[in-house]
Amino acid sequence: MRLGIPLALAAMGEAVAERSGVINIGVEGSIIAGALGGALGSIWFGVAGPGVVAGALAGASVALVFAAFAIGLGTDQIITGTAVTLGGLGITAAIYQARFGATGTALTLPTLDAGRIPVLSEIPWVGSALFAQAPTAYLAYVLAPALWYFLFRTEWGLELRAAGEDPDAAAAAGVRVRWARFWATILGGALAGVAGAHLALAHAGTFAENMSAGRGFIAIAVVVLGRWNPLLVLLAALLFGAASALQFLLQAIGWDLPYQLFLALPYLLTLAALAGWVGRAHAPASLALPWPKEEFRG
Amino acid sequence: MVARLPRRSRGPLAIGALAVVTTVVLAGVVLVLGGYDPGRAAGAMWRGAAGSPSAFFSVTLVRAVPLVLTGLAVAIAFRSGIWNIGAEGQLYAGAIAGAWVGLNVGGLPAVLAVPAVLGASAVGGALWALLPAVMRIRLGVGEVITTILMNFVGLHLASYVVRGPLQEARGVFPQTDSIAEAARLGVMVPGTRLHWGFALAVLLAAGAAFVHGRTRMGFRMHAVGASPGAARVAGRIDTGRVWTGAFLSSGAIAGVAGGVEVAGVTFALYEGLSPGWGYTAIAVALLAGLSPVGVLATGTLFGALEGGASAMQREAGVPSAWVGVVQALAILSVIALDRLRRRDEGGLLSRASGGGATPGAPPGPAASMAPPRSPPEPPARGATGG
Repeated sequence: MRLGIPLALAAMGEAVAERSGVINIGVEGSIIAGALGGALGSIWFGVAGPGVVAGALAGASVALVFAAFAIGLGTDQIITGTAVTLGGLGITAAIYQARFGATGTALTLPTLDAGRIPVLSEIPWVGSALFAQAPTAYLAYVLAPALWYFLFRTEWGLELRAAGEDPDAAAAAGVRVRWARFWATILGGALAGVAGAHLALAHAGTFAENMSAGRGFIAIAVVVLGRWNPLLVLLAALLFGAASALQFLLQAIGWDLPYQLFLALPYLLTLAALAGWVGRAHAPASLALPWPKEEFRG
Repeated sequence: MVARLPRRSRGPLAIGALAVVTTVVLAGVVLVLGGYDPGRAAGAMWRGAAGSPSAFFSVTLVRAVPLVLTGLAVAIAFRSGIWNIGAEGQLYAGAIAGAWVGLNVGGLPAVLAVPAVLGASAVGGALWALLPAVMRIRLGVGEVITTILMNFVGLHLASYVVRGPLQEARGVFPQTDSIAEAARLGVMVPGTRLHWGFALAVLLAAGAAFVHGRTRMGFRMHAVGASPGAARVAGRIDTGRVWTGAFLSSGAIAGVAGGVEVAGVTFALYEGLSPGWGYTAIAVALLAGLSPVGVLATGTLFGALEGGASAMQREAGVPSAWVGVVQALAILSVIALDRLRRRDEGGLLSRASGGGATPGAPPGPAASMAPPRSPPEPPARGATGG
């Protein structure tokens, strides 16, 4: 389950961004920046808590670069996101190598301690997996309903979704489309940053180059599986995490089934979901379409 | 007679050149901000990438081969309006198929064994592109996410194959045995590590350039990439067929990249065969303005960057990871310049780029870096003509 938490945080942020019409493939870059930000922040302050904040800021700054190009200039979102991911992975590795040396011993960081929730963690089977976790896990549990409420029950959420479905109509109705997309993207980057900080501070206790290991791309798949709904996204991320964790269990009990194929299962499931074989998943209608369209620029 | 689109392809190429300059300047600024000596870094990089024949042939060009091939794959897809982000997975599928054949053709002469390996890798790559292609064309599911998903399935499949069915006979390391001698690509430049895969990459680039510039199929791909609706209605082009063709040939070339790496460099399949070439390929293709010949140049440039990076780290103390930042700067420069040029149609930038756009005309998508994203087609829309 621990593997699912960073996925959940990053994917919920990405879900909000995608609801506003922005697909940010640079989320991987935000995660790795968050991990390095979390590491540096926790070293600076000596405790892990401020590291999470530093991670969120680092993730948001990477998203800011993405937003400046994709929303500010209207460049293609897929290409911009690819660049931001390449750049994020590169710059974090470069900063890490410059600061700690390329071949130094692994960095030991102050860690986020697990907090046990008294009654809930006693639930058999899932109790300790879900409720004896780092504080960032509880943040994910609280954020899922909060983001759901925001998206589907508030006026701001409605405007944000309108920007992602029909930006022309939304703009005609007075919604500041690019403003909504901008903040949704920044929020997504900040959450991806928290996910990265969680990886460094609660999961690994160290920073390593490329430690995000493709989680940003997995998060994008999780958003589809969770049908762009924060509550389902949380569930999908925890399931994804559980599937990954199961491989260790299978190895531990000496089961010979190829666990790599098991690892590929969530991706195949997501493909099936996209194809409509596991219930139809509908993307926001204007996802990945820059706005305003260039024809309107004159 | 073959109809040809108006000659506008110089625009993107000029943007590419301008982007290279911008990138070099920005990279220098970043290095100075990082407290390094950009002159020393550039000198070290030059020596590492092109300072001696062995550096140029054995390092730069050897690294350029997979980048050129995957870059071609991406360029072909993007030109037709297919967002194939899946070159990485297609490369692995090609490497798996190539390695499997390579392990089993010991009895054949090289003239048969090598084509068998490369053919298998092309089929592997095309098969990997098939599901996203079908989902895009039949079900209207966007290929960006599906190709990314297939990348991970491909990685896990390779990881399984080198630990399971194709693991080396000793069963120690997660890798295959060495492929048969006959299945290996020979050395092209004696005394260096440069293999015939480079010649193949040049040949494929020339072939792609010919198809794009001189054939009906190339024209159709261009037209469909520029405007699927217009291509279907006015040009009576079967967009589904063109997309399928572009998607599968893109996958096949990415697959060949994997096969060539196995047959020319590693002689075995490893888990981490590709350090992300399939993603870097996007930068290679864009910087080349999606031109196949341009891909040869940018692929070699990126090969030099990656080849020179270790020398830069050794001699100037600049972490090799900066190369990733430079690649990102390159993509961002291209797309920003492209946007600014189109916004400023008829102004300074478009004149500098040599584009023949008339002011007031709608920006020609054919000249743009990024083919416009058409919303996915609904599954069945009556007769498509053609």
